[in-house]
Amino acid sequence: MLSKSKLSAIPVPAIDASRLLSGVLALMFGAFIVFGVGFAHSSTIHNAAHDGRHALSFPCH
Amino acid sequence: MFARLMLTALAAGFVAGVFLWGGHMLKTTPLILAAEVYETGAALETAPGGGFERAGFTLLTDVLTGIGFAFLLCGAVSLFGRNVDWHQGMVWGLCGFAAFFAAPSLGLAPELPGMQAADLAARQTWWLGTAVATAVGLGLLFLSPGIHFKALGAVLIVLPHIIGAPSHDIAYGEAVGKVPAELASEFAIAVFVVTGLFWIVLGGLVGYFYNRFEKS
Repeated sequence: MLSKSKLSAIPVPAIDASRLLSGVLALMFGAFIVFGVGFAHSSTIHNAAHDGRHALSFPCH
Repeated sequence: MFARLMLTALAAGFVAGVFLWGGHMLKTTPLILAAEVYETGAALETAPGGGFERAGFTLLTDVLTGIGFAFLLCGAVSLFGRNVDWHQGMVWGLCGFAAFFAAPSLGLAPELPGMQAADLAARQTWWLGTAVATAVGLGLLFLSPGIHFKALGAVLIVLPHIIGAPSHDIAYGEAVGKVPAELASEFAIAVFVVTGLFWIVLGGLVGYFYNRFEKS
């Protein structure tokens, strides 16, 4: 059995500023890359990514 | 902290991307090439160059996609995850699969070149909206404390399918796309399995590297 003092000693991850900032930054980075590879209308990107887009079920053509 | 996420996303995304490429070269690219023969009468040079160059561009696409999705997973894990190891990472990966493949594909099935489809911009908008709604919905369902938020999460997951995906206006029974149904169904299931394995591998790797790079 865990005593009350032991329970309170279990670390709860605090969302500090650096964690929040890096998490949001990573989400934005990921969204940017996925959008570029999967959705950008530039015909160069479209042609290069063509087979990958089809095989990942991104709308293509 | 960001260095840790960056290392995790690059390492996990690269390895999972190469894995995805293997699946694509083995299972889906041959079907795309076959479909192009029906579409135009000959295998197209849609991707720049043929053969090796085309395979190289697919490798680049898959590795970049892997890294992009890895960044999204890393961001979510670092914001909302607790003690994520490779087991837990696989569950996060399955959520990614649900948001970025299963839910959009329920309305917009994987397409081969030459298949009939609705307007591209409309499909892209629905696809993105569905992915975001499903991801946020799953987050609320699993991570929020209150029953009201969980209910909102469930609504968000179902809503895109009630709105409905943009569809081509062709009645069944009329002549549709040029691609044989046999090819299309083979392609759909190959994409389903390869993408599912990719997400499980990606999630597991994100969990593994996230732990491994903890001290950096």
